[in-house]
Amino acid sequence: MSHHIVEAIELCHRYGDGTQALTEVTFRIHHGESVALVGANGAGKSTLLQHFNGVLLPTSGAVRIGEVPLVKETLRDIRRTVGMVFQDPDDQLFSPTIGQDVAFGPLNLGLPPADVEARVRAALDRMEALSLKDKPAYRLSAGEKRRAAIATVLSMTPDILVLDEPTSGLDPRARRQLIGLLRAFHHTKIIATHDLDMVLDLCPRTLVLHEGRVKADGATREIFADEALLAACHLEKPLTMQGCLMCGEKRGI
Amino acid sequence: MVNLGDRFRDLGRMDALGSQESTLHRLDPRAKVLVTAAFALVVSSFGRYEVSGLLPFALFPVSLAILGEVPWGYLLKRIGLALPFMLVLGALNPVLDREVLLHVGPLAITGGWLSSFSMVLKLVLTVASAVVLVATTGVDGVCQALERLGLPQVFVVQIGFLHRYTFVLAEEAVRMLRARELRSNGHGLTHREFGPLAGHLLLRTWDRAQRIHQAMLARGFDGNFHMLRRSSFGPRDLLFLFAWCAIFLLLRIVNFPMLMGSLVSGGG
Repeated sequence: MSHHIVEAIELCHRYGDGTQALTEVTFRIHHGESVALVGANGAGKSTLLQHFNGVLLPTSGAVRIGEVPLVKETLRDIRRTVGMVFQDPDDQLFSPTIGQDVAFGPLNLGLPPADVEARVRAALDRMEALSLKDKPAYRLSAGEKRRAAIATVLSMTPDILVLDEPTSGLDPRARRQLIGLLRAFHHTKIIATHDLDMVLDLCPRTLVLHEGRVKADGATREIFADEALLAACHLEKPLTMQGCLMCGEKRGI
Repeated sequence: MVNLGDRFRDLGRMDALGSQESTLHRLDPRAKVLVTAAFALVVSSFGRYEVSGLLPFALFPVSLAILGEVPWGYLLKRIGLALPFMLVLGALNPVLDREVLLHVGPLAITGGWLSSFSMVLKLVLTVASAVVLVATTGVDGVCQALERLGLPQVFVVQIGFLHRYTFVLAEEAVRMLRARELRSNGHGLTHREFGPLAGHLLLRTWDRAQRIHQAMLARGFDGNFHMLRRSSFGPRDLLFLFAWCAIFLLLRIVNFPMLMGSLVSGGG
C-alpha cells in the first residue's frame, strides 16, 4: 500500500450558507506526481485544498489519502501524511522563533528532543533557511517566511505536500529559488496557483477547476495550448508560451 | 497616526537586543526573571516617604545594562514612554498631603511631594529593570522562564501569541489607517469612522485566528504545547541569583546615602 496517493471520488462540498463550492470532483493523483491546481478566483481551489487534510470534510463523495478514506477517525494519521503549506506564511509561523515553529510538528508527534532537533536542522537546511533558526518571524523577508513555512511542514516528513500559492508575493529571485527547491522534492506535490509559468517548470500534470467542477485534467502543455479552454476558465497562457512580445514570433513549445 | 508603524518596529528592536550574545544573555532566563522579581519586591517594600534609601538601587539596572550592552538611548526612551503614566499616578499626592516633613534650606517639602517623588522613583527603577530584563533575555526567554517557574502554560502561550501577532495586527491596522488617510483629504479620524475600522480589524483578527488554528491542527496539535527545553540552571546562575539578592537585602537594611551623609557631617 502506498501512502502517496490522493484521490477524490465525486467530491461535493456545500458551505453552510448554501454556496455550492465543489461539484462531483473526481481525480486520482499517483505516487510522486506533481500536479498543478489552476482556476480563476472563486473556482474552488482553496476549498479543494482544505479537503486534503480534513480542515473541511466532504458534503458527499469521498477523499482518500493512500487508500485511507478521510474521516474524523483517520484525521490524525492523514495530517501526518499530508503537509499543508498555507497561502499566508504569517498564519503558519506562530511561534516566537522559526526553530520553535519547525519543532512544533515533531514535538506534537511525541518525538524525543534529540530527534526533534535533528529534524528541525534537516528541514531548515533543506529549505536553505538554517540561518533563520533563532529569528522571530516578523524579522523575515517574504521569501524567507515562505521557505520557513515550508520547513515547518517538512519537519513532519510528510509523503504528500500541498502548497497554496507558494510564489505569491515573492520577488523574481526568491521565486526562482523556491521553484528550484520544490523541484528537488520527491514528494507527491499538489500546487494551487495562478503562476502558470511555475506550473510549466514544476508540474507535468494540471487540473483545471472552473465553478467548482474539474474542467480539464491532463498534460500541462496540452492544457495550456488549448486557448479555448483557457479562455472559458478565465485563464491566460503562461508568458513563456505566448508569442514574443517584441517581434510577434511564436516560440516553439 | 501612521507613524504607529515606527513604534512597532521599535518594539521589534527589543527582540534584536534579546538575541545578542553577552555574559548576561547567556545566563539562564529563570535566574534573571527571579532576580528582577526580587528587585521589584524589595524596591516596593520601602516606605512611602523613602527617597534616599532607594537611590542605590539604580545600581542594579545600570550595571545590568552595562553588562548586557543595552544602549542607553534605548533604555531612556522606554522609561520616557512609561513616565507620563507614572506622573499621573503620583500627581495627586502633593495636593492631598500638605504636611511639611522636611526643610531643605528655605524650601519646605511636604509629605505629598516626597511620597509622589518616592513613587515615581520606585516605578522608574522597576520599569528600567524590566526593560533590561527583556533586552537581555527576549520575550521568548522570559516566557520560557515563567513557564518553568510554574506559570500555567496557557498564560505563557497567550503572552507568546500576543507578542507574535502584535506585529501582524499592527501592520494590518497601519495599512487600514493609511488607506483611510490617503482618501481623507486631510480630515482627521472621527469616532463614526473609528467604529467600522475597529470592527473590521476585529473580524480580520478572528479570521486569522481561525487560520492559525487550522495550521496548528495540520501539524498535529492536540491541545498541549510541547516545548523544547534548552537552558540549564548552573552554578553561575545560582551565584547571580544569590549575589544580587544579598545586595538587595543589604541595601534594604542599610541606608547608604544617609550613612555617608552622617559620616561626612560627623567628620566635618
